[in-house]
Amino acid sequence: MTSAPEPLLALSNVNTFYGQAQVHFDLSITVARGHIACLLGGNASGKSTTMKIILGLVKPRSGEVTFDGASLIGLSTPQIVRRGIASVPEARRLFADMSVRENILMGAFVRNDRDAVAQDLDRMLTLFPKLGQRLSQRAGSLSGGEQQMVAMARALMSRPRMIVMDEPTMGLSPLYVDRVLELIRTINQEGVSVFMVEQNASLALEIAHEAYVLQTGRIVLSGPARTLKDDPRVRDAYLGGSEAA
Amino acid sequence: MSSWLDYTINGLIVGNVYALVAVGLALIFGVSRLINFAQGSIYLVGAYIGWVAVVQLHTPLPLTIIVVAATAAVVGLILERFGLRPLQNSVRIAPLLATIGISFVLDQLVMLTFSPNPRALPSQLPDIRFQLGGGTIGPLDLLIAGVGITSALLLFVFLRYSKLGWAVRAASQDRDAAMQMGVDVNRVNQAVFGIAAALGGVSGMLVGMYYNQIDTAMSLQATLKGVVAEVVGGAGNVPGAVIGSLLLGLVESYGVAVFGTSYRNLFAFLLLVVVLVLRPNGLFASARQAPPEPLTGTFIAPSRPVRIPRWALAVAAAAFAILPLFPVSFYVLQTLINAWLLGMLALSLTLVAGTIGQVSLGHAALLAIGAYTSALLSLALSVPVGLAVIGGGLMSAALGTLLISPSFRLRGHYVSIATLAIGEIVSLVILNWESVTRGPIGISGIPPLSLFGYDLISPTSIYWFSLVVMVALALLQGRLLTSHLGRSFRAIRDDDIAARAYGLSLNRYKSLAFIFGGFAAGVSGGIAAHLYSYINHETFNTQQSILALTVVILGGLGNVVGAIVGSVALVGLPEVFRIAAEYRILIYGVVLLLLVRFRPQGLLGTI
Repeated sequence: MTSAPEPLLALSNVNTFYGQAQVHFDLSITVARGHIACLLGGNASGKSTTMKIILGLVKPRSGEVTFDGASLIGLSTPQIVRRGIASVPEARRLFADMSVRENILMGAFVRNDRDAVAQDLDRMLTLFPKLGQRLSQRAGSLSGGEQQMVAMARALMSRPRMIVMDEPTMGLSPLYVDRVLELIRTINQEGVSVFMVEQNASLALEIAHEAYVLQTGRIVLSGPARTLKDDPRVRDAYLGGSEAA
Repeated sequence: MSSWLDYTINGLIVGNVYALVAVGLALIFGVSRLINFAQGSIYLVGAYIGWVAVVQLHTPLPLTIIVVAATAAVVGLILERFGLRPLQNSVRIAPLLATIGISFVLDQLVMLTFSPNPRALPSQLPDIRFQLGGGTIGPLDLLIAGVGITSALLLFVFLRYSKLGWAVRAASQDRDAAMQMGVDVNRVNQAVFGIAAALGGVSGMLVGMYYNQIDTAMSLQATLKGVVAEVVGGAGNVPGAVIGSLLLGLVESYGVAVFGTSYRNLFAFLLLVVVLVLRPNGLFASARQAPPEPLTGTFIAPSRPVRIPRWALAVAAAAFAILPLFPVSFYVLQTLINAWLLGMLALSLTLVAGTIGQVSLGHAALLAIGAYTSALLSLALSVPVGLAVIGGGLMSAALGTLLISPSFRLRGHYVSIATLAIGEIVSLVILNWESVTRGPIGISGIPPLSLFGYDLISPTSIYWFSLVVMVALALLQGRLLTSHLGRSFRAIRDDDIAARAYGLSLNRYKSLAFIFGGFAAGVSGGIAAHLYSYINHETFNTQQSILALTVVILGGLGNVVGAIVGSVALVGLPEVFRIAAEYRILIYGVVLLLLVRFRPQGLLGTI
């Protein structure tokens, strides 16, 4: 790897099991401060479990996970969120019966500075102008693309240092896919590091700085996104016929 | 007959009381997808705390309410922290069973502390009634309405405007996503259990004052009514629970007006069954709601069952068979006869709950059907007792399956609710169908067991008879489980969607399981009727259903040998240690709790 800045998030030699079945084999991933890193892989490669490990939803059997130099192992999900990691979960997972406004504000659950939260809500509406007319609507009634916007706004509301995203483009129309990628870039340029899990390799490699390719629980390829994009092995495995989500 | 307005007022007041219980259940279900069967016990505790405060400490009414709410809340917090939180990563059936165990323990503790005799709980309010339209209303009615409305408002404000309230709402919609927003789900659980317990406790106190009487039987009734109201309104739906409660109160009140007091509960449970069958998500759920919980795999604790060689089983059976040839006391034989009868019931339940995954909480109803059928056949139609017992088994198989069949499309905890309700309905029909069942008087003078014209009166002959019947049923069931049919049953338990995708008809296999299980339980009830010579609508009650469930879990769900071992253990050990009768139920509750916590797969392992 080239001279990347010091890592913000680092997984080293993580081994994860579901019962008898091993999901991760000596998994090591780093996300540099201020970078976008993406984790590519097909179905059942262990991508989503990697997200769950970072968020403390699944405990690894061995290995270390550090964020900004401090270990996350043993912390609960809410504690990890308070350290500055926000998430955009797979399939968005909005609170369907709460309003859009309530959903976005739920993102600020860990904060206690009411006035600044109100300002941030306004900022979200400039970042996601479409949501302005939808604020009092039930979140469950929005379209998939709009829900993705809410999920991203919700994640940003905690003023995270890092956002982890699980397949942010899944199930979206091409128009929204472009919009989401653009927004990820914007968010990143504002100083938030991003770790995203994707099946759609060509799209992810366009915006990422570094990329990892996960195959049945092992990292088989890693490096700067630019080089991976031209790597024939990635081409063969993913870019040729990227699987439907 | 008083005016319809009176019945309406009474229905709404009673509905308010139910609402206090049901709202708590809805909050807990929302966050944990758990039906808290201990809710009625907290209501009971509330009533007795109220009694202590009013009668012994002479507290003024406002203080009484605060004391009851606070104490009940503390009980709720303890229950959550020590009863349920350790089970968070356990199999999904575990918390349900734990709340059942907790409810037994709490009820028995109250009974041991205050004695089972009813007590008066004066309301401390002046006994006057105001005219209102064509009806009357008293200060206590107003108090209940006031507490109901105030609680609803407080809850609304809490959920809408407080941070913790937002966390509760978010967690009940998507627990994992809420955690990823930084919500501490343990705190949310604490909050809902505390609130639910405070409301439930106050409700128990108000009911005690309303009828000026409290006793330990209140607990189960309250749980049942709360669950009915909550499910009618849509499980987990807080406003739905309020409306469901008022509706339930009105239905009951009008039902009583038309048919009489003994029909009150029958209407409640019929309402529940109708709603479960027609709109299992409740009256107010929109159609989009997904089924409450997909059942996949983890419902019962997976384990490798203990293998017992055939010769060992044969030796054990032979040893029990020749036992009466040795000089053993009548008392030992009597105890083992009880164990064999319970064993038949446990065989039935382990098949239904363990093998095919339908956790029945109303299994005693199958005993009752078998017992009444056999008793009436032999008494009214002079059918030989041996045939009458078989008739009882067949009737249980047929009627039991017919009654449960509308609930075949339900899953998980809903099956438990439906079976509980059907069990209550059977008991209430027996109580009210006087022309056939002789109602509350019961049936006496049931002829003793006989076979081919020979009366079986000596303990030894009864012992052998029940042992042979039980072993025969066990062999049959063991054969069944190793067959193709047994595999299909387990497939349905582990993943009903996958089973259906492979072409298994859920209705057919669930029917087969209940037919077989109904027969075994009905035979057990039939034999019991001829042994007791007297039965009534309370002979086979919910306590027996729960005892059978404890036996089955002790032995290992689905495990045939385990069912018998569990029966001998739970019937025999209290006798060996000479434990007084009033402590037994307490011990069964504690056994259930310990099993769920430390050995959910039971002694011999689930199959």
